[in-house]
Amino acid sequence: MYSEKVMDHFANPRNVGEIENADAVGEVGNAKCGDIMKIYMDIEDGVIKDVKFKTFGCGAAIATSSMATELVKGKKVDEALEITNKAVIDALDGLPPAKIHCSVLAEEAIKAAIIDYYKKNGLDTSAITGCTGCCSGCHSCSESEEK
Amino acid sequence: MDKFIYVDNAATTRLKPEVLDEMMPYLTEEYGNPSSIYKYANNSKIAIDCAREKIAKAFNAEPKEIIFTSGASEADNWAIKGIAYSLRKKGNHIITTKIEHHAVLHTTEFLEKQGYEVTYLDVDENGLISLEQLEAAITDKTILISVIFANNEIGTIQPIKEIGEIAKKHGIYFHTDAVQAVGNVEIDVKDMNIDLMSLTAHKVYGPKGVGALYVKKGVKLYPFIHGGGQEKGRRAGTENVAGIVGFGKAIELATTSIAEKVKKISELRDLYIDTVLKEIPYVRLNGHRTQRLCNNANVSFRYIEGEALLLMLDMAGICASSGSACTSGSLDPSHVLLAIGLPHEIAHGSLRISFGDFNTKDEVYYIVEKLKGIVSRLREMSPLYENVERK
Repeated sequence: MYSEKVMDHFANPRNVGEIENADAVGEVGNAKCGDIMKIYMDIEDGVIKDVKFKTFGCGAAIATSSMATELVKGKKVDEALEITNKAVIDALDGLPPAKIHCSVLAEEAIKAAIIDYYKKNGLDTSAITGCTGCCSGCHSCSESEEK
Repeated sequence: MDKFIYVDNAATTRLKPEVLDEMMPYLTEEYGNPSSIYKYANNSKIAIDCAREKIAKAFNAEPKEIIFTSGASEADNWAIKGIAYSLRKKGNHIITTKIEHHAVLHTTEFLEKQGYEVTYLDVDENGLISLEQLEAAITDKTILISVIFANNEIGTIQPIKEIGEIAKKHGIYFHTDAVQAVGNVEIDVKDMNIDLMSLTAHKVYGPKGVGALYVKKGVKLYPFIHGGGQEKGRRAGTENVAGIVGFGKAIELATTSIAEKVKKISELRDLYIDTVLKEIPYVRLNGHRTQRLCNNANVSFRYIEGEALLLMLDMAGICASSGSACTSGSLDPSHVLLAIGLPHEIAHGSLRISFGDFNTKDEVYYIVEKLKGIVSRLREMSPLYENVERK
């Protein structure tokens, strides 16, 4: 059902953990839907120097989180903003249709972290589009945001 | 050989060699169509009758009350739609529960679209229905009560005899999906006042693709599959002779000395449940502690998600299942776990282990050992576990 890459990133996830006093933290999804992604970033001179994640979720949620951290590491913030869920899927050699929302969640987690960074630095976030607090494709989101 | 531990016996079971042995002739030299007139085909016909007798005997039914189907989903569909259509003039109300198998729930939902009214009984935190609520739900339009004998996810066994008495008292037909109960619980259709009962072979070490509906003598039921005159015109289609023969043998084996098997398998279940609850923090048992199938253990591990857990168990050579949304193919976790009142996030972290005749205590120890590591690893990855006190 999953590609070898997905299984590799699930079994050996990269960049798991937290960053203390991180420059950026983004959290998306909710427990009710069964997945939450939290991404921490250390950003220096507009470059993502370090990134860590924690995820509650299925195999695909863990694998997409892991891949998303790999994709943003070392990138400039504005480059990281351009990473789409499609890029995450491609990097993982595909995802089953039912798991596409996990890649959307990964994209949103990156954006949520960068929005946090912008806000902390008094920058305008209006240019960043997309839902940043919702797990996508989950009908329960509107009912409950409880974690 | 790589480790391989199969503890998903509620999903399906391994065919027993003695069952296969009985089936083999009907997959090879005895290929005659039971409906044919010549002598050669007679053995096929006799084989079916023989299986029918074995199955009837196992449940204290009459052979002619057993009608073979393609499995329990067909039997559930047939029982419910069949009664609904046959008794349309009498009434349009059906009573069932919130924890039925989808073969029942999706059938009643289908009937709701056709103007039938369905009451879905609640269950308590252990998964038991209330007999008072059942009786209170009965109206003069009620034509059928359908209650799962033992739940496939949490293993809770319903008070079937008492339900049968209520149904009889009110003159309403009583159907039960007994798929998971067969071989784990003594079933007597007469004593329990069961009018219709769905059965399948593959949960009791028989082949897939064959099952039966028990239809009590006198119960009027429209045929579901129209065509030839098989099964006395009640279920068309050339019989799955080898499957039926295997089904008969499997039922015979499963229903012989049940008490002994229950003792052996519930020992494994209790060892597993007790060890997991003792050695892993933030775990809860789902379903009734004692009024449950001897082979079923369903627990929820907080702060983690079931599919990830299953994948890691699979890497350790363990086959199990979960009620998380990611394994149900929908966005919601199992309807059964929600019905017993679990919050979504705890239902997502459920793990069902279902033991069978081939499992051993050593396997239980191995599973628990692997679970400890896997659960702790996934929790360390989980943002929900960040501020939780480490135990």
